[in-house]
Amino acid sequence: MVNYIKLIALGLITLLAMMAANYARDVAYLVHALIVTAVSGGLFIWTLRRVGTTVSHPQDEYFDSVVRAGVIATAFWGVVGFLAGVFIAFQLAFPALNFEWAQGYANFGRLRPLHTSAVIFAFGGNALIATSFYVVQRTSAARLWGGNLGWFVFWGYQLFIVLAATGYLLGGTQSKEYAEPEWYVDLWLTVVWVAYLAVFLGTIIKRKEPHIYVANWFYLSFIVTVAMLHLVNNATIPVSIFGSKSVIVWAGVQDAMTQWWYGHNAVGFFLTAGFLGMMYYFIPKQAERPVFSYKLSIIHFWALIFIYIWAGPHHLHYTALPDWASTLGMVFSVVLWMPSWGGMINGLMTLSGAWDKLRTDPVIRMMVISVGFYGMSTFEGPMMSIRAVNSLSHYTDWTIGHVHSGALGWNGMITFGALYFLVPVLWKRERLYSLTLVSWHFWLATIGIVLYAASMWVTGIMEGLMWREVDANGFLVNSFADTVAAKFPMYVVRGLGGLMFLAGAVIMCYNLWMTVRKSPAKESSLSVAVPAE
Amino acid sequence: MSKKPVQKGNQVETTGHSWDGIEEYNNPLPKWWVWIFYACIVWGIGYSIAYPAWPGIKGATAGVLGFSTRANVQADIDAAAAKLAPINAKLEAAELTEIANDAELSAYAVSAGSAVFKTWCAQCHGSGAAGAKGYPNLLDNDWLWGGDIESIHTTITVGIRQQADADNDYLRQSEMTAFGDLLEAEQIDAVVNYVMSLSGDAQDASKVAEGAVVFEENCASCHMEDGTGDRSQGAPNLTDAIWLYGGDYATISETVVGGRKGAMPAWNERLSEAQIRAVATYVHGLGGGE
Repeated sequence: MVNYIKLIALGLITLLAMMAANYARDVAYLVHALIVTAVSGGLFIWTLRRVGTTVSHPQDEYFDSVVRAGVIATAFWGVVGFLAGVFIAFQLAFPALNFEWAQGYANFGRLRPLHTSAVIFAFGGNALIATSFYVVQRTSAARLWGGNLGWFVFWGYQLFIVLAATGYLLGGTQSKEYAEPEWYVDLWLTVVWVAYLAVFLGTIIKRKEPHIYVANWFYLSFIVTVAMLHLVNNATIPVSIFGSKSVIVWAGVQDAMTQWWYGHNAVGFFLTAGFLGMMYYFIPKQAERPVFSYKLSIIHFWALIFIYIWAGPHHLHYTALPDWASTLGMVFSVVLWMPSWGGMINGLMTLSGAWDKLRTDPVIRMMVISVGFYGMSTFEGPMMSIRAVNSLSHYTDWTIGHVHSGALGWNGMITFGALYFLVPVLWKRERLYSLTLVSWHFWLATIGIVLYAASMWVTGIMEGLMWREVDANGFLVNSFADTVAAKFPMYVVRGLGGLMFLAGAVIMCYNLWMTVRKSPAKESSLSVAVPAE
Repeated sequence: MSKKPVQKGNQVETTGHSWDGIEEYNNPLPKWWVWIFYACIVWGIGYSIAYPAWPGIKGATAGVLGFSTRANVQADIDAAAAKLAPINAKLEAAELTEIANDAELSAYAVSAGSAVFKTWCAQCHGSGAAGAKGYPNLLDNDWLWGGDIESIHTTITVGIRQQADADNDYLRQSEMTAFGDLLEAEQIDAVVNYVMSLSGDAQDASKVAEGAVVFEENCASCHMEDGTGDRSQGAPNLTDAIWLYGGDYATISETVVGGRKGAMPAWNERLSEAQIRAVATYVHGLGGGE
C-alpha cells in the first residue's frame, strides 16, 4: 500500500518537474527541473521494481548504514569544498585563473558561494547529520526513529546540496551570504530539515536511558535553531513559479539585520553548537575519560544558546544599522566569550589524567588541537566585535582569517577526529589502517591552518591600516587597488596553506579507504550492540 | 555555584549516569571562568548604560555618554571641511594656470587631487593613471581633448559624451562614426591598411595608396589630412603609435566598422569645484601636462 502511494507521488513529481522544465524561465531553474525529473523518475522505477518485496527493520540493531553513507559523504564533500577553496584562493592571487572561457560559471564570484556552501553545508552538514544519527542512537540506546526516514534525510540533503551548488554556477542565487539557494531549494531543505528533526527527536523520545546526554542537547538546539533561522531569513516571494528568481520580503536595513542574525547564528548553531555536540561524544570516547564537569556543561549550554542569538548585529557596525542595535550586538558578543569557553574547558579538562595519549594517539591530538582552535577563535570573535577593533578589521582579510581558524581548525579537525573514530567502528575493523598517516594529516592540516591564519592576520591588518591612512590634510593616501596589490604575497601563502590542508584531507580519505579495505575485521562486533534495555 | 565538589579522598565523583560508556564528573565550575563571566556581564550592563543600547517602543536609550556614530562622523567631516575651507576657497578663486606657480596651493592641490583620483578615477584609469584599453593613459603626451590645465579641467567637469545640454555647453560630444554601413568592405580594408601605415607598417602595403584616398574623403575632416587628429573634436592623432583601443588590424577594423564612443562621467555632479581643480592639477602634473 505504502509503495503505491509512493509510486503515485513520485510519478506526479516527475510529471510536474517535466512541465516545470518545459516552462522554465531561466537556465538554473531548467537544470534543476531536469535534475528533479531524473531523480524522481529514477526513484519511481526503483520503487516499481521493488513492489512486493518487504524490507525488515531489525529493531535490535542500530541503524548504522545511513551513518556509513554520511561518513562517505562527509569525506567526499570535504575534499570537494577544500578543493574549491584552494582554487578560489589562487584566483585571488592570480586573477588569470578566472578563465575567459569560463566567465559566468567559474569566475570567483560564482565559485566563492560554492566553496562556502560546500564546506559549511555539504561537509559540515553531512558531518553533523551522520554523527548526530550515530551519537543519538548510542547515547539513547535506541534505534533511529522513523525507519527509512533516516535515508530520506540523507538523500534529501544530498539533493539539496546538488541543487544549491549547480544553482550558484548557473546564477540562481538570492545573494544572501550562506543563504544563497533560491526559494524552491529552500522549501526542499525545509522538508528535509523537518524530517531530520522528527528522526532525531523521535529517537530521543524513545530512548532507554533516563537522561538526555549533553551532546544531544547541543545537536537538538542546532536542529531547532537552524530551522527557525532558515525560515525567517529565506522569507521570499517568487517572481514566477517557473523561475528561480524571488524577492526577499525584508527590505533595507531590516533585511541586513535579518541576514546577519541568520548569518551569525549559522556560525553559532551550525558550526558551534552542532559541533560541540560532536565534541561532547567523541572526545570522552576517544580519551576513554569521563566528561570534566556536568555542571559546567549545563551552565555553558544555556548561556551559549541564550546569548549567541543576540550577537548578530556586530556584523553591521558603522552601517545604516542604528547605534543601539550595534551596541547590543557587541555587548552580547563579549559576554559570549566565557560561555563559548565553557565547551573548550570541558573538552580539554576531560583529558586530564590522559594527557599521555597526546603522544601516542594522533586522533586525540587532532581533537585537542580542534578544541584549541575553538578557544582561540571564540576569543578572537568577541574581540573583533568590539566597535573600535571592528573599525579596523571589518571588510579586511582578518575576518577571512578568523573564519578559517574556526572552520579549518575547529570544525575541520573535530570532524576528522570523529571520522577516524567512526570508520573502524562502523565497518567493524580492529583499528585504523595507519596512525602514521593520521600524524601526516595532523601536521599538514595544522601547519596549513597556521599559514592561512597568520597570512590573513598580516594582510588584514595591513589593508585595514592602508585604508585608513591619511595625509596631513586628511586625504586618503592609498587607492583600493594599491591595497590589493600589496596583499599579493600573503594571498600566495594563504593558497599554499589551503593546499596543505587539502593534501591532509586527501591522505585521510586514502587512510579511511584502506581501513575499510585492508584492516583486519573485528571479531566480536560490539559496535552493533543491541540497544540496551 | 559555590558548592563544594563532592569528593571522596581526592577523587571527584561522577553524576552516576553512563551513556554508551561515557560518564560525567561532577566538578564545580572553574572559579576563574565564573568570575570572568560575571565581570563580562557587569561590564556589559555598564557599557549598555553608557552607550545607546536598549530599545523601547519608540527609539532606544541614548546612553549617558551621548555617543552617536552619525554625529561623530559628521563632526569629523565638519572639522575637516572647516580646516580646509580657506585653502579650498583660495583654490577656487585662483586662475587655473597660476596654481602651479603658488607653491603652497599646488602642493595642496596635488595631495587633494591624488586622493580624489584614487577614489573616483583609479577604477578606469588605473591607480597609476596608466589607463587601460578604452581608458586613456594620463601619463603620456597624447591627449584626445587637450592636455593643458584648462582643457583637463573642462573634460573632468563636463565628462565625455554626456547628455548634451546648456549645462555642459555642448562640449566633448563628437564621436567616431561607424563606417560599417557607409563604406564597402574593400574600402575599409584599404583605409585600415593606410591608418596602420601612418605609424608603422600596413598589413598589406599594396592597399595603402587606395586607403589614402578613402581616408581623405571620409576621415580627414576630423583626423586631418596628415592624420594628426583634432583636439577640438576629440579626434585622436593616428600617427603617434599610441592607441586607445589597439593598433592591430583587427582592432582598427572594429573601430572603423563600429565607431567608438567611450564615455566619462561629468564630475561636476559629484565633486566640488575645489576637488575638480585639485584633480585637474594632479593629472596635469603627472607628466603629460602641457
